[in-house]
Amino acid sequence: MPPPKDLMLSMYRQMLRIRQFEETVNRLFLEGRMPGTLHLYIGQEACAVGVCEALQPGDWTASTHRPHGHAIAKGVSLKAMMAELFGKATGCAGGYGGSMHMGDSDVGALTAIAIVGGNVPVATGMALGFKMQRTGQVIACFMGDGAINEGAFHEGANMAAIWDLPVVFVCENNLYGASTPIRQVVKLDKLADRAKGYGIPGVTVDGMDVLALYEAAQSAVERARAGEGPTFIECETYRFVGHSRSDTRGYRSREEEAAWKQRDPIPRLGADLREGGHATEADLEAVAEEIARELEAAVRFAEESPAPAPEDCLKHVFAEEGWR
Amino acid sequence: MPETRTMTIAEALREAIREEMRRDERVFCLGEDIGIPGGFGGAFTVTLGLSEEFGHERILDTPISEAGIAGVAVGAALAGMRPIADVQYADFLFCAMDQLVNQAAKLRYTSGGKLAVPLVMRAPCGATTRAAQHSQSPESFFIHVPGLKVACPSTAYDAKGLLKTAIRSDDPVLFFEHKLLYGSKGVRAEKGALSPVGEVPTEEYTIPFGQAAIRREGSDVTIVAKLLMVYKALAAAEALAEEGISCEVIDPRTLVPFDTQTVVESVRKTEHVVIVDECPRTGGWAGEAAAEIQEQAFGYLDAPIKRVTAPDTPVPFSPTMERYYVPDEQDIARAVKEVLQWR
Repeated sequence: MPPPKDLMLSMYRQMLRIRQFEETVNRLFLEGRMPGTLHLYIGQEACAVGVCEALQPGDWTASTHRPHGHAIAKGVSLKAMMAELFGKATGCAGGYGGSMHMGDSDVGALTAIAIVGGNVPVATGMALGFKMQRTGQVIACFMGDGAINEGAFHEGANMAAIWDLPVVFVCENNLYGASTPIRQVVKLDKLADRAKGYGIPGVTVDGMDVLALYEAAQSAVERARAGEGPTFIECETYRFVGHSRSDTRGYRSREEEAAWKQRDPIPRLGADLREGGHATEADLEAVAEEIARELEAAVRFAEESPAPAPEDCLKHVFAEEGWR
Repeated sequence: MPETRTMTIAEALREAIREEMRRDERVFCLGEDIGIPGGFGGAFTVTLGLSEEFGHERILDTPISEAGIAGVAVGAALAGMRPIADVQYADFLFCAMDQLVNQAAKLRYTSGGKLAVPLVMRAPCGATTRAAQHSQSPESFFIHVPGLKVACPSTAYDAKGLLKTAIRSDDPVLFFEHKLLYGSKGVRAEKGALSPVGEVPTEEYTIPFGQAAIRREGSDVTIVAKLLMVYKALAAAEALAEEGISCEVIDPRTLVPFDTQTVVESVRKTEHVVIVDECPRTGGWAGEAAAEIQEQAFGYLDAPIKRVTAPDTPVPFSPTMERYYVPDEQDIARAVKEVLQWR
């Protein structure tokens, strides 16, 4: 049974907010208006949104070097994110983190951990904290396909499994670790099969189908919350853009890219909404325009915000300032 | 005078953990072999018997997964707990470096001050005829990481008071314990251990970080030494006293923060400094302490600061080589006489 209309519309809006946010920041980067580097989430929006819609407000996410989509889906404000990307004091981390450390604990989006696989033991530890304090909270730990070859993934996944911790491992298999095809570095046909090694359920889901992901995430979250332990969800997805700013995508064919773009999760859900009589083309266009206005305001806010004072780099090393 | 009992460092650490776990439900221990019934109580008996009082949820035995232990401690701390993690040997901290250096030390910063990582990572260090991978003194690696505090107690009193402070700290603390100072008993007793016992008050106390202790007062030279080297320095000072040389021995007790002030005050009086460290020489704590002292006390110094450290080699196995490797009282006495030649 498809989820209710409001939920589908909300998922559509969230995916589009991520898409338009990423397109906007990419443009700002190319125009030289924004510092830093950038790992875009374009194409993978269904993963973040399908999973985060299955979480409760008190639940958490742990993210990666490609964190914008997860942060938006978990509810971090676009203004605060944009200001963070501009390195402004009004950013969600005050300009201390930037693109690769996006997050906001106020909405349960853990400051992103940009070391591949590094967030897995940390998310496992948060889940242990939830379990010990009997809070009923769950954490969704996002990672790319490359992360499952990190030792940290192995140690964290095993500990989550043996202690039945309330964590959901969400592996976004976009087929490439930077430029290296996943087939070249993993012997398995399905990455989800690695879950068997930890004695936990592993499922492979169409990562371009937000409704399928939502359903898979819902049962994994329910299982985690019931104290039955972690689930590994492999999302078969694709990033429509390069790994980072400088990537010209010479390692994959334009035909492969075109085939995946046919499966774009956003028009796909748009079609479902129209066919189900939940929205008209005009309704969906109105959503896009509304988001464009939100983004314009976010960029204006970010550009007009003050930069941190240079010497503020000395703050936030320890709880008490200035004693070292 | 407050009432005291005589204790080993292992007993003092255990009492600190017990008191803090009774005081605060968020405090728990995780590590390898720490609570297994019939097991060791950790590699050096510090957690022995604690699972009987607190159960296996709060004395949590882990797989052999040091990166996992450190990372899980980071996560649990983020979720509001107060984990005391341990590795069996400080050498194994290197398996956990990403979690300690990139995660524990940086999450407060990368979150713009919104997150706190209040964890303690206990690590037994020091050469004990276990060769290159079970004998290192890796304290110096961690003083180089902004965001980590580093403690290194050398007495039972300090071990208890500093560990309680570490557990209550809102920042991650690396807590180094020297294997020859524990006083572990039974099958876990260390051959050649000093195992000093000390007086520990029965009443509650904590020791703030960043306050050095003057272990012996003197007027000719200041010896700064930590962990096992405190005792070697005291032995050297005793021998030198017979030759009419008066040494002041200072134990920093914490390396981050480092109490430069107490050392500088001492240097004003003695005008000579020797720093003793079991860490290898290059890039080590002794060099950092020397730089800090000369920047703040150059005007008082009558001679270059002398370092007595382990050489830049892995820790050797053979007892004859290991004895050569670890600084001893003769090395320290020689260094003291060298700096005094400048008078």
